[in-house]
Amino acid sequence: MKIAVCIKQVPKTTEIRIDPVTNTLIRDGIPSIINPDDKSALEVALRIKEQTGAEIHVVCMGPGQAEIALREALAMGADEAYLVTDRAFAGSDTLATSTIIADALKYVGFDYIIAGRQAIDGDTAQVGPQIAEHLGIPQITYCADFNYDKQNNVFKVKRQLEDRYQILSVAGPALFTVLSSSITPRYMNVADIIAQDDKELHILTYADLQCNTEHIGLKGSPTKVKSTFTKQYNSDKQLVDTTPEEAARIIAELLKAKHII
Amino acid sequence: MANFKYDLFNKMIEEFALNEVKPYAAEVDEKEEFPYYTVEKMAKLGLMGIIVPKQYGGMGGDYKMYIKAVEELAKYCATTSVILSAHESLCVAPIMEYGTEEQKQKYLPKLASGEWLGAFGLTEPNAGTDANNQTTVAVPNENGDYVLNGSKIFITNAGPAHVYFITAVVGRNPKGVECASFIVESDMPGFSVGKKEKKMGIRGSSTCELIFQNCVVPAGNLVGKPGEGFKLAMKALDGGRIGIAAQALGIAEGALRETIAYTKERKQFKRSISAFQNTQFVLADLKTKIEAARGLVEKAVDAKQAKSRDISLYAAMAKLFCAETAMEVTTKAVQLHGGYGYTREYPVERMMRDAKITEIYEGTSEVQRMVISGVILK
Repeated sequence: MKIAVCIKQVPKTTEIRIDPVTNTLIRDGIPSIINPDDKSALEVALRIKEQTGAEIHVVCMGPGQAEIALREALAMGADEAYLVTDRAFAGSDTLATSTIIADALKYVGFDYIIAGRQAIDGDTAQVGPQIAEHLGIPQITYCADFNYDKQNNVFKVKRQLEDRYQILSVAGPALFTVLSSSITPRYMNVADIIAQDDKELHILTYADLQCNTEHIGLKGSPTKVKSTFTKQYNSDKQLVDTTPEEAARIIAELLKAKHII
Repeated sequence: MANFKYDLFNKMIEEFALNEVKPYAAEVDEKEEFPYYTVEKMAKLGLMGIIVPKQYGGMGGDYKMYIKAVEELAKYCATTSVILSAHESLCVAPIMEYGTEEQKQKYLPKLASGEWLGAFGLTEPNAGTDANNQTTVAVPNENGDYVLNGSKIFITNAGPAHVYFITAVVGRNPKGVECASFIVESDMPGFSVGKKEKKMGIRGSSTCELIFQNCVVPAGNLVGKPGEGFKLAMKALDGGRIGIAAQALGIAEGALRETIAYTKERKQFKRSISAFQNTQFVLADLKTKIEAARGLVEKAVDAKQAKSRDISLYAAMAKLFCAETAMEVTTKAVQLHGGYGYTREYPVERMMRDAKITEIYEGTSEVQRMVISGVILK
């Protein structure tokens, strides 16, 4: 079994600066991490590897500095790492990005694809599902738990929805997106930290993937960012200095007035 | 070849220490409980066998990584860091460096995986700094095996450890005793663990007496030649001292970090106490000393990795300076915390108690001065 895991390198802080000219993210000078949901996606894949001996191939699109994110994935136990990088990919929105990654995944090959639900820098949750659409495979989003049923060669997955969950049996090929809240990723281990230095990082460029130029980069990105701003919280404050009992009564009345309780 | 291993290792151990060690540090101290669960987690990540070559079931890492691990663990929990240091520097390293092929095959894989914990026994009730005054004897029997009699005290990891690197007297010459090194397993007949010490600091670490009563150790467990034991013990301690230097450095860094955070928050005279020049200057001095101490640790690690003849000198200087820095930093950290610093509500009180041992074990600061002056006056 071959499982492809999609990861993204994201800025560690939520303070994201935007280039006012191109309206794209400026990543320089901000410490980078593997996106938390993606790290949980990798954890899911590594657990499946322990259970089934599956090979884990990690794919990341980004600039050259994203190599460290892929190296970290190898140090956690992934088998192969692919950096999808080319000037021609710059400025891609989620649609163009998913087009490129889908092409990369065709190149890499897979039985299953596991991705994080969404990235903390964009929060769109679009790329995973769009990849599935480009590849014409089923998508199972918001997965919180995985079990491999060896006898029937299917995954039993738990989809966490807002007010309920679904249990699905899924046969490949399929793409899953994973929630980080329920799956804690492992630490890197010393043996794999040392072994990764001997592993080659596979670089996939425009020349390797032969993407349709109309569908990638700024040209292939219909999303135009009109403006960005930091949300201000200007709620009206009301200070009352009183006893706990009286305070509870006041709060209850206010909540009732707003039909919250 | 790529070179990401140090960056990744540092990231891993920083996250591990913060998430898995820090939360238990106060409890380990308070209850004086050996942190078995944490050691198990460390073993799972390969930390107990960082320096062991892959062919012996280790990770194939190096001293630089191992020393970084000790430092990082010590930032939060000195107990956890000394467990690793005693295991890896004083038991794993001498078997790796001086053991026979058979001994390496037999002991290293289980020590590296953490299935067995290691310890080191040199100190005796009347042979501390005067290590030449050993009385534990090893006498060959008719089978060529050795029979050990005597006792060792203040042995770190004693109890939880399965493998002990022991120094014992095998003969005498006009200068004093001739020693040999032995690998002793806890289940060998005649071996027992005695009284557990009640200590000021590193209270979760198990420090006990070892008792040898006609303890039969197979001839195959002799490390090096009879007469080389003292030299091997001293060489093991050279490595061990870098570990303790790193531990002291970590304690100092941890205490400084706590103090910086505290002085920014604590308000007196309507200002954060970090706004007072006394606080600022004390913190500036402590930070400077910590970085100087780090420089000496790095130098000692380089000497160890290069198998340099200067290793004894640099290990002694690193340990001396780091230990005294840790004591100064933690004492001043408590002072800057004021009354709160004297309570067990804040970690600097524990850190000050933990720092003191780094001036004492694996050679007191006075012993380090003897080693350093011995080298430069040669």
